[in-house]
Amino acid sequence: MSDKHFVSDAPFDPESIERMTADQEKFFLASRRKLIWWKLRRHKLAVCCGFILAFMYGSTLISEFIAPYNYQTRNTNNIYSPPQRIHFFHQGEFIGPFVYGNDYRLNMENLKREYTPNPDKPERIRFFCQGDSYKFWNLIDADFHFFCPAEDKTLFIFGTDRLGRDMFSRIVYGARISLLIGLGGVAVSLFLGLLFGGLAGYYGGWVDSVIQRVTEIIRSFPELPLWMALSAILPVTWSPLAVFFGITVILALLDWTGLARSVRSKLLALREEDYCTAARLMGAPPSRIIKKHLLPGFSSHIIASATLSIPGMILGETALSFLGLGLRPPITSWGVLLNEAQNINVVALYPWLILPVLPVMIIILAFNFFGDGLRDAADPYK
Amino acid sequence: MIGYVVKRLLMMIPTLLVISFIVFVIIQLPPGDYLETYIAELESQGESVDSEKVAFLRAEYGLDKPFLVQYFNWVKGFAFGNFGYSFEFDLPVREVVGDRIWLTILVSVITIIFTWIIAFPIGIYSATHQYSWGDYGLSFLGFLGLATPNFLLALVMLYLANIWFGTSIGGLMAPEYLDQPWSWAKFKSVLAHLWIPVVVIGTSGTAGMIRRVRANLLDELEKQYVLTGKAKGLAPGKLLRKYPLRMSLNFFIADIGSLLPSVISGAEVTAIVLSLPTTGPMLLSALQSQDMYLAGSFLMFLAMLTVVGMLVSDLLLAWLDPRIRLQGAVAA
Repeated sequence: MSDKHFVSDAPFDPESIERMTADQEKFFLASRRKLIWWKLRRHKLAVCCGFILAFMYGSTLISEFIAPYNYQTRNTNNIYSPPQRIHFFHQGEFIGPFVYGNDYRLNMENLKREYTPNPDKPERIRFFCQGDSYKFWNLIDADFHFFCPAEDKTLFIFGTDRLGRDMFSRIVYGARISLLIGLGGVAVSLFLGLLFGGLAGYYGGWVDSVIQRVTEIIRSFPELPLWMALSAILPVTWSPLAVFFGITVILALLDWTGLARSVRSKLLALREEDYCTAARLMGAPPSRIIKKHLLPGFSSHIIASATLSIPGMILGETALSFLGLGLRPPITSWGVLLNEAQNINVVALYPWLILPVLPVMIIILAFNFFGDGLRDAADPYK
Repeated sequence: MIGYVVKRLLMMIPTLLVISFIVFVIIQLPPGDYLETYIAELESQGESVDSEKVAFLRAEYGLDKPFLVQYFNWVKGFAFGNFGYSFEFDLPVREVVGDRIWLTILVSVITIIFTWIIAFPIGIYSATHQYSWGDYGLSFLGFLGLATPNFLLALVMLYLANIWFGTSIGGLMAPEYLDQPWSWAKFKSVLAHLWIPVVVIGTSGTAGMIRRVRANLLDELEKQYVLTGKAKGLAPGKLLRKYPLRMSLNFFIADIGSLLPSVISGAEVTAIVLSLPTTGPMLLSALQSQDMYLAGSFLMFLAMLTVVGMLVSDLLLAWLDPRIRLQGAVAA
């Protein structure tokens, strides 16, 4: 009878039910950063936009190399030349990427410059070649480019402006300033937001009320007119670089309120958490509580909010420069480029001059989607 | 309710005072003043400076007086409808501003109504069809509207309207109606021009609003009372209309507060591009020429517009939602 029952020889493990599988253990022991990363990774669109952002910011490191021309090179024979199409097959034969050379004619009736691609003049694009000389990062002399036109020919894939400058190169160089102003502005506004939000959340009482009222008032102000007024203050005598820093600070001056609010509310909420109380009861000094318990708690959230406030600044700079109140040439940003597209004639006659709006839209969409994903991931326990 | 209204009105006064101070500091910050620029300009042209006029203006505005005195003089004038003197136009600010402020209000109000009409149905659709293709498509469109710079959209729309409908470029009406009395034809011309700025300014606000309506309605849809209604066999359309929609309507009015600043910001740039006879183009020129009282008054008007708009939204909200009303009464 008794040998019908199976009795395991293995020693009895009283914790067999509670013990976690390897996967579970990995999940429960993962650091906060890892959890956020896992959650973000599942958000396909956000990851994709993250790559776009990384690519665009990466390109600003090597703008000189990517752009076929220097941003100030004037091609006086090619003023207002339209974008050239890149082809691969010439008369049914594959000869790699090339463009058809333009035939130029001045229309004597309306004095319009007319460029027509000549299908008999294929001009192959060269890669990793020598072209316009430049100073890499303003330090090293070089003339190496990712791609250049055929020998003694021209190549304008985004067309040229009124001085015959290559739009593509200018857009690539403009990315530097436009993207940097977003980062710089957000750094300043993060500082202000952390400072005032932290003060309000930490001290509470009348400090809190005063800061709350001030942020409310600033938020109720329409941003753009105030930005306009502030940038009108910048003296005309300032160098373009000084104006650049001035504009960065101005953009941040109105932007920190949102961050301050989220810092304050997070701080107030976290201060009441059990683990903070526990730390306080164990006699941890405030500096340790802030560093070990509060900061990690809201840093991811703050980073996400900061990411979401960058696109507004990039748009703000673009609008200010477009109106002629922001950055000034020779500094080249996307807004400065769009300043040339200010009147309706440009849209009608030289529509490629509004191309700088494309990278603006791409970067803003990317920041929005990435920031959204980051914000969702910032709270990994949800 | 009356207590709440009074309390809310009283709260506006310090806000406006702080705003007026900030505005005055900003317009005072540039070195020098308009008179100095003006005198330098006249002298460079070899003309003699009318010292009497300069003295009159200096005395009138106390430009030689200390900062705080100037500020108090300026603010004091507000109570009597005196907004200072525009140096550039050689007229009191009130006359220069004239109809422009009303046109700005008109454009803003129509834009907000437009935003509501577009954003509300789309937001409801997105929330009730969460994660469907329609939701994704509409969200993407909304984001696209958010990412397109207003001024460029204005230029392109202007061009397209001119090509497709033959609308004249710039302004709020065709040039032939400019100094005409109001007539049916003029009204139609205004309508034909007005839709461009309204659509342009509306796009960015609409995008944000769609997202907020969607998020808000999604929160409501998850609540227990919706489940109860469903369990009791209420028709889906009626259930949506009777309960969650009403709740999110509150939020809808509260959202004026975040919509209004963006609408007015957008309206300024768009007006400059479209050369509308609103405050935008004049604010820009006043800022550039250091016409401080004109610029200051414009900034003040715009801020006042948002503050009053928020007041209206708060009052509407209090009227709609007894919880807010009671809270206000208790606090008062």
